[in-house]
Amino acid sequence: MNIQKSPGFYNEMHDTKGVVREIYQSYAAWLDALPEGKLERKSAEAELLFRRLGITFAVYGQADGGERLIPFDIVPRIFGADEWRRLEQGLKQRVRALNAFMNDIYHDQEIIKAGIISAHQVLDNAMYRPEMRGVNLPNQVYAQIAGIDLVRVAQNDFYVLEDNLRTPSGVSYMLENRKTMMRLFPELFAMYAVEPVEHYPQMLLDTLRESAPYYIDDPVIVVLTPGAYNSAYFEHAFLASQMGVELVEGQDLFVDQNRVYMHTTEGPQQVHVIYRRVDDDFLDPLAFRPDSMLGVPGLFEAYRSGNVALANGVGTGVADDKSTYLFVPDMIHFYLGEKPILSNVPTWRLSEADDLEYVLEHLSELVVKEVQGSGGYGMLVGPTSTKEEIEAYRQRILSGPEQFIAQPTLALSACPTLVESGVAPRHVDLRPFVLSGKDIRLVPGGLTRVALKEGSLVVNSSQGGGTKDTWVLEE
Amino acid sequence: MLSRTAENLFWMARHIERAENTARILDVAHRSSLLPLDIEGTEAYLWYAPLNITGCAAAYEEKFGLARADAVTHYMALEPENPSSIHSCLRLARENARSVRGAITSEMWEVINSTWLEINRLSRTMSDERYPDFFEWVKERSHLFRGVTVGTILKDIALSFIRLGTFLERADNTARILDVKYHILLPSVADVGGAADYYQWGSLLKSVSAFEAYKKIYRDVISPLRVAELFILRDDMPRSLHACMNEVETALTHINGMSGREARRLAGEIHADLHFGRIENVFARGLHEYLTEFLESTDLLGREIRDAYLSRRDYLPAAAMRQVA
Repeated sequence: MNIQKSPGFYNEMHDTKGVVREIYQSYAAWLDALPEGKLERKSAEAELLFRRLGITFAVYGQADGGERLIPFDIVPRIFGADEWRRLEQGLKQRVRALNAFMNDIYHDQEIIKAGIISAHQVLDNAMYRPEMRGVNLPNQVYAQIAGIDLVRVAQNDFYVLEDNLRTPSGVSYMLENRKTMMRLFPELFAMYAVEPVEHYPQMLLDTLRESAPYYIDDPVIVVLTPGAYNSAYFEHAFLASQMGVELVEGQDLFVDQNRVYMHTTEGPQQVHVIYRRVDDDFLDPLAFRPDSMLGVPGLFEAYRSGNVALANGVGTGVADDKSTYLFVPDMIHFYLGEKPILSNVPTWRLSEADDLEYVLEHLSELVVKEVQGSGGYGMLVGPTSTKEEIEAYRQRILSGPEQFIAQPTLALSACPTLVESGVAPRHVDLRPFVLSGKDIRLVPGGLTRVALKEGSLVVNSSQGGGTKDTWVLEE
Repeated sequence: MLSRTAENLFWMARHIERAENTARILDVAHRSSLLPLDIEGTEAYLWYAPLNITGCAAAYEEKFGLARADAVTHYMALEPENPSSIHSCLRLARENARSVRGAITSEMWEVINSTWLEINRLSRTMSDERYPDFFEWVKERSHLFRGVTVGTILKDIALSFIRLGTFLERADNTARILDVKYHILLPSVADVGGAADYYQWGSLLKSVSAFEAYKKIYRDVISPLRVAELFILRDDMPRSLHACMNEVETALTHINGMSGREARRLAGEIHADLHFGRIENVFARGLHEYLTEFLESTDLLGREIRDAYLSRRDYLPAAAMRQVA
């Protein structure tokens, strides 16, 4: 099979001379020997598998509200053991610092006192929850589950694009992608010693157990979903079943005397840990949005009294906000006394006059994002936008510059991907999932997202991105 | 188990069973329509039966008027607007299953999901000669679902709620089929032993897969009394009222908990009536009256089950009340 090469950015499979990198060599040879059309047939088979399993997501704002498949690409992305070890260390370091930061800003605020980050930046942030001040959480962990988005621009150059500390999703795709690859290509797993990721649900369960109120030996754990029409419902159901815990909706829970119970066929049963996939705002109509139908009245008070644990905690949004992102390297210095292993993308804050001026002059070269946006919605990718789009975006920025940040357009690395014209390079990122309980851990791997459109740098599934199986090789 | 989970499992099973029974009813109506029946206005007369059995005659008439073979079949098989069509049942079964994916096995989910995907691939309308295959397919999917369920799921309370749904629904359907069809066929009782009679009663037996069973048990011509006995009292006939209530009672005893005492008592009472009943007494009371009473009791039982296990009792916590005040 003929594989198209990629000029101008780091290619995961080929070096600049077009020679196949060492870790991809067996794969490339295998691909080369495949009969014509075989890969396409396998790809169609994979799609059928995903559809039958009902691994779908809903796209918001689509008139039909239908369920879609996230396209699965059957060419794997491969990491060597050494590459991964460094990433793993960097990820643990970063998440440790982020949790320390959250514990600090909801307690003594040492980092503000030290003048490293301004009180305004933290306390006036819309995502800061003053209600959380002085609340002590088990293990002092706020984000038990963190999804850190990484991009690669060179052999040893990884940047953190964003930290997802609220309800990061996608881990079910990481697991299903692996299952599908093993079913379709058992021979590849005989060729490569790939580190397993299948124990993620067990690891998550351990983490949640460790997050329980300290006086509970055998906690009752549930997954809280907004319901079957949520875009990530498949994942909620998947994780609940893999962990062997109940999948509940707000209507299944109630609070009495600051304790949370679920309605069961045998009467009320107390719940100790809630892995919630519902945003802070909708968690409790008494504490937050009163119109929320998804939440549980009284839940927040029960949480503050320490009778139930939430994963992730309330008020983590302040730390994964794109304007707080800037300070993560400083947090690593401040709390851990270490040098950051993973770098931040250089970022302009449009709330600063100098930065704003520069960015407005260079819009066509930059990526501009909303500070509190996610999912790839409402961002501007300068180099691939039309003049009209750029002008329209300029007006949006001017109506509230502090709502935006800008970053250089990164040359995201590209990975061979099966597209209509054959196997061609497409840009990818990586979202590993970092779990924090008494200890901090992650499975070797993550979700590789791929921008299927040629030249596109937007990998979000809501914007036509796909996913790949991600392999970390054993040493 | 979560009450909502129990509720979804119960209705998932009921809707699958209902889809199968509707397919059976329509299948028999199709077969019957090919046979001679000596009644005025045969078509309308015959095609009201399926509508009456499933209780959607009024809604149909409002839309289409007189019962016609093609319109009734389409309305009950494929019409998405009809909440009790096969199409709707399969959709509702899937919606319920989707809400409890964690409580069913992936094999069960795959059967339900692919059934729904397949019926959606069918065209909105279907020519007459394709319907028999379609009904066969619906029955097969239901058989497959039951087989996969028994073959893969843990024998715990989830299975009990699934079986409760299946057998309550089946009891309900068998009673309705017998009630409606019996009265269509009775006028021809004078003609006992005639060929038409044989085929008509035969098709009723076939609608609950009991034709061969009848031959085996009675080794005789088909008599209305025995057909009724087979439908109601024989506990070895898997779709009889007695067999269904055996299953319902067993399922209820496997569900632990303080609640549900009244449901268990009621199920026991209905079951005892079938267990010790005699067909002569059923006819003495009047078959129609007997079946009506049976349907009322199972309906009540359904409500008891809902109240005891399935609904989230309206519970306004003290904290919320204070805030509201």
